[in-house]
Amino acid sequence: MIEIKNLIKMYDNRRVLDNVNLTIKQGETMVIMGGSGCGKSTLLRHIICLARPDSGQIFIKGQNVTEMKESELVEVRKRFGMLFQSGALLNSLTVGENVALPLVEHTQLDPKIISIIVKMKLELVGLTGFENLMPSQLSGGMKKRVGLARAIAMDPELVFYDEPGAGLDPITASVVDKLIMDLTKKLGITSIVVTHEMKSAFRIADRIAVLYKGKVVDIGTPDHIKNSKHPYVTQFISGAPDGPEPLRRSKDDYLSRLTAFDEE
Amino acid sequence: MTSKNNRSGGLLEKFSGALNTALYHITSFAYLHWLLIRLFLVGLVKPGKIFRGKQIFEQMFLMGVQSIPIVAVTSLFLGMTLAMLTTYTLADFGAEVWVAGLVGVGFTRELGPLITAIVVAGRVGASISAELGTMVVSEEIDALDTMGINPIRYLVLPRFLALLIMMPCLAIMSDYLGILGGYLISAMKMDMSFAYYKDLTVEALKLKDVFTGLIKSLSFAMIISMIGCYQGLIVSGGAEGVGKGTTKSVVNSLIFVIAADSFFTALFTYVIV
Repeated sequence: MIEIKNLIKMYDNRRVLDNVNLTIKQGETMVIMGGSGCGKSTLLRHIICLARPDSGQIFIKGQNVTEMKESELVEVRKRFGMLFQSGALLNSLTVGENVALPLVEHTQLDPKIISIIVKMKLELVGLTGFENLMPSQLSGGMKKRVGLARAIAMDPELVFYDEPGAGLDPITASVVDKLIMDLTKKLGITSIVVTHEMKSAFRIADRIAVLYKGKVVDIGTPDHIKNSKHPYVTQFISGAPDGPEPLRRSKDDYLSRLTAFDEE
Repeated sequence: MTSKNNRSGGLLEKFSGALNTALYHITSFAYLHWLLIRLFLVGLVKPGKIFRGKQIFEQMFLMGVQSIPIVAVTSLFLGMTLAMLTTYTLADFGAEVWVAGLVGVGFTRELGPLITAIVVAGRVGASISAELGTMVVSEEIDALDTMGINPIRYLVLPRFLALLIMMPCLAIMSDYLGILGGYLISAMKMDMSFAYYKDLTVEALKLKDVFTGLIKSLSFAMIISMIGCYQGLIVSGGAEGVGKGTTKSVVNSLIFVIAADSFFTALFTYVIV
């Protein structure tokens, strides 16, 4: 379904993505896990073509999206949905209009049919009857669920989730996780989830890829990751403050850093 | 942006940094225009896909209709002020009757479009960049992109067209109210009748004066909407960035509006006579 080959991205001479190789199969839920700043959001931005890599390719259904023109990308994007961290609902539109937006923009459907589809999608995420509320009237969890309804409005084959559990209480987070699992099973969607929350990752994943310093250090089923021998993965899972990812970034030059003065 | 990190940089480095930033903004602002023009041309071929009547009308209402009160009040006061000022000056020559012509020509050629643009830059320009900037910060623009909806088409084009349509309308209204302000003063100070004042104004006005003002207001509309959209779309860094973008949008709009006004006045006074 998705093939990422030798992806490299530099920001100011720092390799944020360092030779990432990843294959995602049809119908599976792939969780990309890693600490803050490991490049997982950057990787996601590349797969959905919001950013262009410095080198390497991404193939979605055999098409190389890294070299596509904007007009061609539109066609690819119509076939996938994306759930943003905060939902990213358009604040000037109602909940119903938000969910209907991709349908209104990309299809010639009758407004009546669109409103039926909108009700169906909201029903799927458990928000029946919320069409006429504004996004500002919703809680964080509800916004995420509306975002999810909008992401699946066009019946996509592929859905991306950016930190679906971030900022939610444990119960709401597990409700969102349950929704993701249900949708994947019911609609046969391929899901790619970026998160650093292990509980939710182990719950929903078919396979997990652990990203560290812009590299995929381990990949496999949740059980494989739990029993991983890789030092960073074990540190990440146990949540130890010290390990391959050091407590202090640089211990040795502590003194020299303290005594250094800014040169003016 | 680059100059921030350049603590030890000399004058030359600072200068080249500033030049770099300026060049970057000029080219990306030009690129935004290019994208918009291309969209517009595509829209001429298949208008249904590009122009959305509902969005344009919505923006016309927000930008145009809701600006009516403030434009009306400022124009009326400015008209009155101009009439008082000219009555005072012309009294030395016993030529107070010229007030009508002065206010009429002054407003249609110059002050009507200008005061409208200044008020609209503050009201509409600021709101465009604050709105788009907030949308950038809350990932709404990214969301539009991933849904395959072109943000330029969905957000910039309707605002651009709406202001292009509403600005001349507001300018005409401002012309009328400025002239009305002039009449109020003349009626109070000189007991001038409305019919006489109207005759004096119409006599002094040429059709060209009105057109000059309208052409100006079209250019002001482009300046305000494009700068507003650009400053909104390049926002980065949360709430602070939105605030900075909004300030820049208003300041830049005002500078360019007044510069363009001066340019067009020179053009219509000395070149195209």
